[in-house]
Amino acid sequence: MDNKPREIVVISGKGGTGKTSISASLAYLSKDCIVADCDVDAADLYLLLNPITVEKHDFYSGHIAKINQEKCIGCGTCKELCRFDAIKKNNNSKFSVEPTSCEGCKVCVEFCPEKAIDFLERLCGEWMKSETRVGFMVHAKLGIAAENSGKLVSLIRNEARKLAQEKGKNLIIIDGPPGIGCPVIASITGATDVLVVTEPTISGIHDLERVVSLANHFRIKPYVAINKFDLNPEVTEKIEKISNELNAQVVGKIRYDKLVTKSQIEGKTIVESNIPSAQDIINMWERLKIN
Amino acid sequence: MTIAIASGKGGTGKTTIATNLAIVASEKYDSVTLLDCDVEEPNSHIFINGKKIKEEVVNVRIPEVDESLCTECGACSNFCQYNAIVSLKGKPVVFKEMCHSCGGCTLVCQPKAIHEVDHRIGLINFYKSGKINLIEGLLDIGSPLSPPLIGAVKGYESKDTLNIIDAPPGTSCPVIEAIRDADYLILVTEPTPFGLNDLILAVEVSRKLNKKFSVAINRVGSGDDRVHKYCKKENIPIILEIPDDRRIAELYSNGKIILENLPEYKKCFEEVLEKIGTVIQNGQ
Ligand code: SF4
Ligand code: SF4
Ligand code: SF4
Ligand code: SF4
Repeated sequence: MDNKPREIVVISGKGGTGKTSISASLAYLSKDCIVADCDVDAADLYLLLNPITVEKHDFYSGHIAKINQEKCIGCGTCKELCRFDAIKKNNNSKFSVEPTSCEGCKVCVEFCPEKAIDFLERLCGEWMKSETRVGFMVHAKLGIAAENSGKLVSLIRNEARKLAQEKGKNLIIIDGPPGIGCPVIASITGATDVLVVTEPTISGIHDLERVVSLANHFRIKPYVAINKFDLNPEVTEKIEKISNELNAQVVGKIRYDKLVTKSQIEGKTIVESNIPSAQDIINMWERLKIN
Repeated sequence: MTIAIASGKGGTGKTTIATNLAIVASEKYDSVTLLDCDVEEPNSHIFINGKKIKEEVVNVRIPEVDESLCTECGACSNFCQYNAIVSLKGKPVVFKEMCHSCGGCTLVCQPKAIHEVDHRIGLINFYKSGKINLIEGLLDIGSPLSPPLIGAVKGYESKDTLNIIDAPPGTSCPVIEAIRDADYLILVTEPTPFGLNDLILAVEVSRKLNKKFSVAINRVGSGDDRVHKYCKKENIPIILEIPDDRRIAELYSNGKIILENLPEYKKCFEEVLEKIGTVIQNGQ
């Protein structure tokens, strides 16, 4: 129990704040960690880490209803009971399930008088273990319009933990999803630290408060990184003040650096490209390491 | 008519485009409804600066067990696909955060020991600013289920005016819920590798839902031309290009609207509305 690895989840109230670039840089700096991409909706970490996949698995989660037209007598019970409006009556009076609406609740299956509805396992995507220049990586590709990204996030996180144990690593860095909904909750449950990446914008303040309260709600230590801090010094100051009040330590202030996009295009992490903001991330890493 | 503004990932400028479009449209139409369906982090109100006129609590229905009628048969917990009702030493216990409100447990309980009660998941805020009605969903902290709240916000879509939906980012359940019934989608992206990767996912979603769509590229000039090339190859119209202008980033950071401060951008938003109008009219 005492050698449980440290688990830093990088999250942000909204996307596009630089979460992925920062996670990749931290992983590079640590030189000795497991990385996981839990932002399964927009899995971009692979673009910087160039993984070579060594294992690939299908990810099934939940079920989907499918009406067997041979057995269906068209009574309409299923349509009446489905609360997700997933059952449609077609022009030729046939009933069918609209897959992107079905939540797999099983109500129609259970109450179809003819037992005409099959309940199939739902393929939601695939997940991979890969080798990268910064260490092992666990990541996934969520199927389009697939539900249950929260479950896939939990799976990736658990696989990352197993891998850390196997390889004897005591640090896991997770590129988390944005927001405060189910994928985020799944990605931070059981983590040791959360690093909230924010930007000095009015909306950034608003988002930060919500994300930090979420971390507090789950009793996980929150840190704050202010990306592009020099874009609006006034708002940056406000963020520092609010972070203080919310008991979240500001560990990093990263300058606005146009070259970040260039290093992204080259498929490099910020710290590998010798650009001005690299130093800010190195300073942040030093602070995170000691804490 | 409903236009939804979506993107594979956040931070690409969805809110910027939705709010500016709403303002341009409000000059042209009698009224415009802007629905902020990014319920985890709704930001449109910061830019629209309207007067809040009312709020409404959004509830979902979750089961409650009447212990005096329960025979501890376990049918409810066996049925629930989301482990939201679990038998602990025979007694059913409800985990509200996990409940999808499907109603199944109530139906399977023979002694009718289950009835449904309201459980709050968030709020809808109503703002008014000139001719713009802003309707914003705000998910409660710790509540994981955004689709029902998004559905409730969409319930205020107006039948006879223009609706603009600010969709949540991503490609899974919340986005699908937000854009499902839209007449037209604008997919917002950036000219970078991340931007392209996420745009491709958003395009797949739009195609899967059989939607008419086009692309808006934000911060043009900050990266490379791979997004342009992709759109050309896939025959996807680019409806709007916003240059990489530090003034825009600064306005955004102060919660200010582009149009009101950089009027030179007004024309391109007007063109967007016009183009969409024609596309929808011609049914193509
Ligand atoms: S409940 Fe069964 S028999 Fe009735 S319409 Fe649905 S699938 Fe057909
Ligand atoms: S499984 Fe549930 S959501 Fe899917 S069609 Fe049946 S009743 Fe509707
Ligand atoms: S199905 Fe009804 S009677 Fe059976 S355990 Fe559940 S609540 Fe009790
Ligand atoms: S309503 Fe549906 S999801 Fe909720 S506890 Fe009952 S069976 Fe489970």
